[in-house]
Amino acid sequence: MAAPLLEAPRSTPYRRSTSRRSNYEMYSWLFMRLSGAVLAVLVIGHLFVNLMVGDGINGLDFGFVAGKWASPFWQVWDLAMLWLAMIHGSNGVRTIINDYTQRDTTRMVLKTLLAVALVFTVVLGTLVIFTFEPCPVGPDGALLTGAPSFCAG
Amino acid sequence: MSSTAREKSAAKRNGEHVDENGHAHGKAGEEASSENGELGAIPSFDVVMRIRRYNAEDAEDGTPVEARWEDFTVTLHGTDRVLDALHKIKWEQDGSLSFRRSCAHGVCGSDAMRINGVNRLACKVLVKDINPDKPITVEPIKGLPVEKDLVVDMEPFFQSYREVMPFLITSGHQPTRERKQSQEERERFDDTTKCILCAACTSSCPVFWTDGQYFGPAAIVNAHRFIFDSRDEGADVRLEVLNDREGVWRCRTTFNCSEACPRGIQVTKAIHEVKRALLTRTV
Ligand code: HEM
Ligand code: SF4
Ligand code: FES
Repeated sequence: MAAPLLEAPRSTPYRRSTSRRSNYEMYSWLFMRLSGAVLAVLVIGHLFVNLMVGDGINGLDFGFVAGKWASPFWQVWDLAMLWLAMIHGSNGVRTIINDYTQRDTTRMVLKTLLAVALVFTVVLGTLVIFTFEPCPVGPDGALLTGAPSFCAG
Repeated sequence: MSSTAREKSAAKRNGEHVDENGHAHGKAGEEASSENGELGAIPSFDVVMRIRRYNAEDAEDGTPVEARWEDFTVTLHGTDRVLDALHKIKWEQDGSLSFRRSCAHGVCGSDAMRINGVNRLACKVLVKDINPDKPITVEPIKGLPVEKDLVVDMEPFFQSYREVMPFLITSGHQPTRERKQSQEERERFDDTTKCILCAACTSSCPVFWTDGQYFGPAAIVNAHRFIFDSRDEGADVRLEVLNDREGVWRCRTTFNCSEACPRGIQVTKAIHEVKRALLTRTV
């Protein structure tokens, strides 16, 4: 006996905006958890080394940062922290924008602002980490005025 | 019946007394019995039901349509549930009060509502268990359009339900005998077969509240029921539906759904199992 044919459900005004078939949200979800785990290590390590080791927070000055960035290890550490925190944080804010914006235009504007802020901060931060020069010299090879005192030594 | 940690936490939130066996007891019923000294009389107590009213027709006489709170005082017994209180109001005080109910015994899923701020079935909550010393608030479930008083439009909820294809999908010839399944195979989705589609979970989810686009826990629970059924062959299609932008990845693991479910389904766990099936592409 053939099963009775069921009519298709009536169409309703409640339309879900259909998505393109992609794994985008899955990778985004996965990234939040992986980057979160790595960030936990990076951030706690960062806080420990900056605030607890040696003189602790009292030893934190221009020279301390200069010293850290003289080492490729801390350059890579800080670079990873910068990129992961910025992408993780921005992706989190993207989620929140998706949640709370009602109109497509508002959504677009906020996401554009978010993307600009992300790119700006990541590019600027990356430049600083790799081009940081604690003892800047002029074309004549002499220290520029205003360079920290430890450069003279 | 042993009480779960979840029941206990709900009891605590509602200001109930929990005895050493972990069972919750309201106080009002007991007090009433000692005051009402008459032998054989059934003790009763008065309680204020604070109900969220909304009627679109109010607009016809020019008054703006706005939901408002209305207090009703009803005299109840220790055996009365929130649904009985609503009946008393509707039958004895204000016949215009609108709400859904059918079975009145926790199986049809008609009367999910927000009682003292949490989603419950009105027919499963004893008034004496939710601190009747204070007004008891009753609101429609959140996130679905209110039609009248406690009645909401369930269509968006059922649309999501239909989209996960909640029916057995098979290929090939009809077998001449039943489709066999081992106890272990059944165990994998047993929990999610218990759903009565009351929408308590979906309408307790903050992600669903934001824009109502999220499929919601109930649709995922009912997809889970078939995805992990060894007799079903439609898992891939359903997983693809829930891989959507509005699918399982919008879940933020707040556990509101598991807390709300009147059938005690571990909703968040079911959602997680669907996420894992998507990540590993294995069921
Ligand atoms: C300490 C290490 C961190 C861990 C383990 C972590 C973990 C997570 C996880 C798992 C989520 C996803 C939550 C969900 O979808 O349910 C998340 C969301 C988020 N994270 Fe982090 N995170 C960390 C650090 C950070 C940092 C440094 C920032 C800011 C730059 C940040 C900003 C956010 C934001 C804005 C969200 C979105 C919140 C939401 O979905 O409502 N997180 N985080
Ligand atoms: S999972 Fe529980 S709360 Fe959700 S619709 Fe089904 S029975 Fe109701
Ligand atoms: S009336 Fe049927 S579940 Fe409450």
